[in-house]
Amino acid sequence: MKSLKTFARGGVHPDENKFSANAAIEALPLPKQLVIPLGQNLGAPPKALVKKGDIVKVGQLIAKGEAFISANLHSPASGKIAKIDDALDASGYRRQAIFIDVDDDIWEEHIDRSEDINRTISLSKEEIVARVKECGVVGLGGATFPTHVKLMIPGGKTAEYLVVNGVECEPYLTSDHRLMLEKGEEVLIGIKILMKALGVEKAIVGIENNKTDAIQHLKKLAENYNGIEIQALYVKYPQGGEKQLIKAVLNREVPSGKLPIEVGCVVSNVGTAFAVYEAVQKNKPLIDRVVTVTGKAVKKPSNFLVRIGTPVSDLLKAAEGLPENTGKIINGGPMMGKSVSSPDIPVVKGSSGILLLPREESKRPQPKPCIRCSKCTVVCPMGLEPYLLAKMSKLELYEKAEKDSIMDCMECGSCQFTCPSNLPLLDYLRLGKQRVGHLIRTRK
Amino acid sequence: MNMFTISGSPHVHGDESVKKIMYTVVYAMVPAILVSIYFFGLDAARVLLISVMACLFFEWAIQKYLIKGPVTINDGSAIVAGILLAFNIPANIPSWIIIIGALVTIGVAKMSFGGLGKNPFNPALVGRVFMLISFPVQMTSWPVPKALFSSQVTDAITGPTALGILKEGVGAGKTIEQIMTDPNMPAYIDRLTGNMTGSLGEMSALALILGGIFMVIRKVIDWQVPVSIIATVFAIAGIFHLIDPTHYIDPTFHLFTGGLMLGAIYMATDMVSSPMNMSGKVFYGVGIGLITIIIRLWGAYPEGISFAILIMNAFTPLINSAFKPKRFGTVAK
Repeated sequence: MKSLKTFARGGVHPDENKFSANAAIEALPLPKQLVIPLGQNLGAPPKALVKKGDIVKVGQLIAKGEAFISANLHSPASGKIAKIDDALDASGYRRQAIFIDVDDDIWEEHIDRSEDINRTISLSKEEIVARVKECGVVGLGGATFPTHVKLMIPGGKTAEYLVVNGVECEPYLTSDHRLMLEKGEEVLIGIKILMKALGVEKAIVGIENNKTDAIQHLKKLAENYNGIEIQALYVKYPQGGEKQLIKAVLNREVPSGKLPIEVGCVVSNVGTAFAVYEAVQKNKPLIDRVVTVTGKAVKKPSNFLVRIGTPVSDLLKAAEGLPENTGKIINGGPMMGKSVSSPDIPVVKGSSGILLLPREESKRPQPKPCIRCSKCTVVCPMGLEPYLLAKMSKLELYEKAEKDSIMDCMECGSCQFTCPSNLPLLDYLRLGKQRVGHLIRTRK
Repeated sequence: MNMFTISGSPHVHGDESVKKIMYTVVYAMVPAILVSIYFFGLDAARVLLISVMACLFFEWAIQKYLIKGPVTINDGSAIVAGILLAFNIPANIPSWIIIIGALVTIGVAKMSFGGLGKNPFNPALVGRVFMLISFPVQMTSWPVPKALFSSQVTDAITGPTALGILKEGVGAGKTIEQIMTDPNMPAYIDRLTGNMTGSLGEMSALALILGGIFMVIRKVIDWQVPVSIIATVFAIAGIFHLIDPTHYIDPTFHLFTGGLMLGAIYMATDMVSSPMNMSGKVFYGVGIGLITIIIRLWGAYPEGISFAILIMNAFTPLINSAFKPKRFGTVAK
């Protein structure tokens, strides 16, 4: 048997716990009120175009991204703008959001709501980029980088491969898995559209081998789509990191501090490919997404198709309630997700899952002294020395930390996951990165 | 209202812990413990028990009454130090000397540097070397092993170690062939199984290797350290044996006598005092191997691995800053 591809250095294997892997995607009914935070994308938040009392339809532009790195926002429901006010979001801060009182589900006429699969890509390269921008598509893997910006390749560089991330290496989460199974053909058409926009002939979809059904399904479908290769990968976290994924499928190393285009690659998520399909073929802006609701004590682990702005508490109700012993609510997966203080925050474009941890798993164990076991350096996928960088950060030796490549840290958490002394390594690394980033900016 | 915990990612933790690592080391030493009891009987049990109990006691007393901080003797690290100290001393040593050795091991080499994780030198080796220098007679009169249930009636007979015979013989100008005819020189098979004079835990290379493999599988040690030490000793001893076989013994003799296996597998691999990066670990191992064989071939002591490990321990911080892991996305320097 041929051994499966993976990235070479570091990595860990947390318990997978994919409880919702067999739960088909279920559309959630509209809530009474939607809360749409303006800052849902990486970069500048878009500017609100509506005011209190305005009547909006589903798919209507409600905030426009004006900066170079920004993304449009559209109304996920029809109704009346209740107010524009601060609201708690996943960041833990109160930020500006548009509140919409939902009264109905009336869509803009130009949106194709049929289930028919539209296979002919009629738009030109430039038209695709313009449409993706217009529809507010961002990277749905979690980083929420505006997709149209990614499609504009900087001068002097050429893309050779589109690398599509179907890895879903975070434990528990299954939204991409379900999407590949249920909307496989749409995902492939989305990939074809992205390939056309980038002018590349080859795309590789990397999927970890714990999703054999999705691999089989997409392999079969891909027979009709030239240039798309489905690559099964050995299960190892953090394979969904774009540098690790490129290393795994193409054995190319993105240089330190550089973007994937440096080695001729553009990386996109399967969820993003689906959103691109809907935008380009159906004229549908990004107003909903698949969100996994899961946890060891969750009665009905599910994958919901949710309108942006729906409160997380609605998703929990649909999954048969917040378990009694819940100690932590995580927006995202257990390795890189953010813990949130309340289930009243809204679903945003970057929400891939809601994970509920029982109380006994919510508190960190007591840290012990570092025993210099070097496990953190062994598992670091970037070849860093987390124990040393954490110490430098603690001692405020930021110049030293910069020399020892602290900015290469992608915050995957493998070091802290594996530390036998339960040291908060990533907390210190994050702090150090922030300070070193500040140093670098003031130097310019 | 429900209160939810807020903390940075990651929100899950693997199953590694200090305690698990320490007890894995303890389990890995069980075969060698059994061999020592087989050959030295109750004396071996006495040395092990006193050493472990004394190490635990001193750690507890220092943490409770001198530092007045939390007591952490259940993390297993003092047990590991106690067993390793016992492994490095003869089975017939008086109990009070063991207690002094344990005080140096825990009090001087470990706690005075800040306790677990802070010691620059392997604590058990510091204790052992202190005892060797302070009590040279008691530390170098090794009992002759007497297998359990054997018909051998004599008890408490002491004799020189294989390495001691070699050193003395070479010093007296004998050839290797003459040295090997010495009646006290253990046969090849006895050197392998441990039926020879020596410190408690260094007897059986087979038992030590077995525990080492267990620790490599459980990822408690990296095989690169013991392998680079043993390979270096073998290579240097081999070169001199090829040049002059009448005065340099064959290299396999060095592998299975004295504390080489014990030191290479259990002492040099101590996480706290060994380097952090893989290339650094190999450099460290080669260094230990070199110093060991230099002492064995030309030094005043018949045995050299304790000194070699302590010397390389001192270089560990420098090795850590000289040997960095290859950063992702950079060209190897």
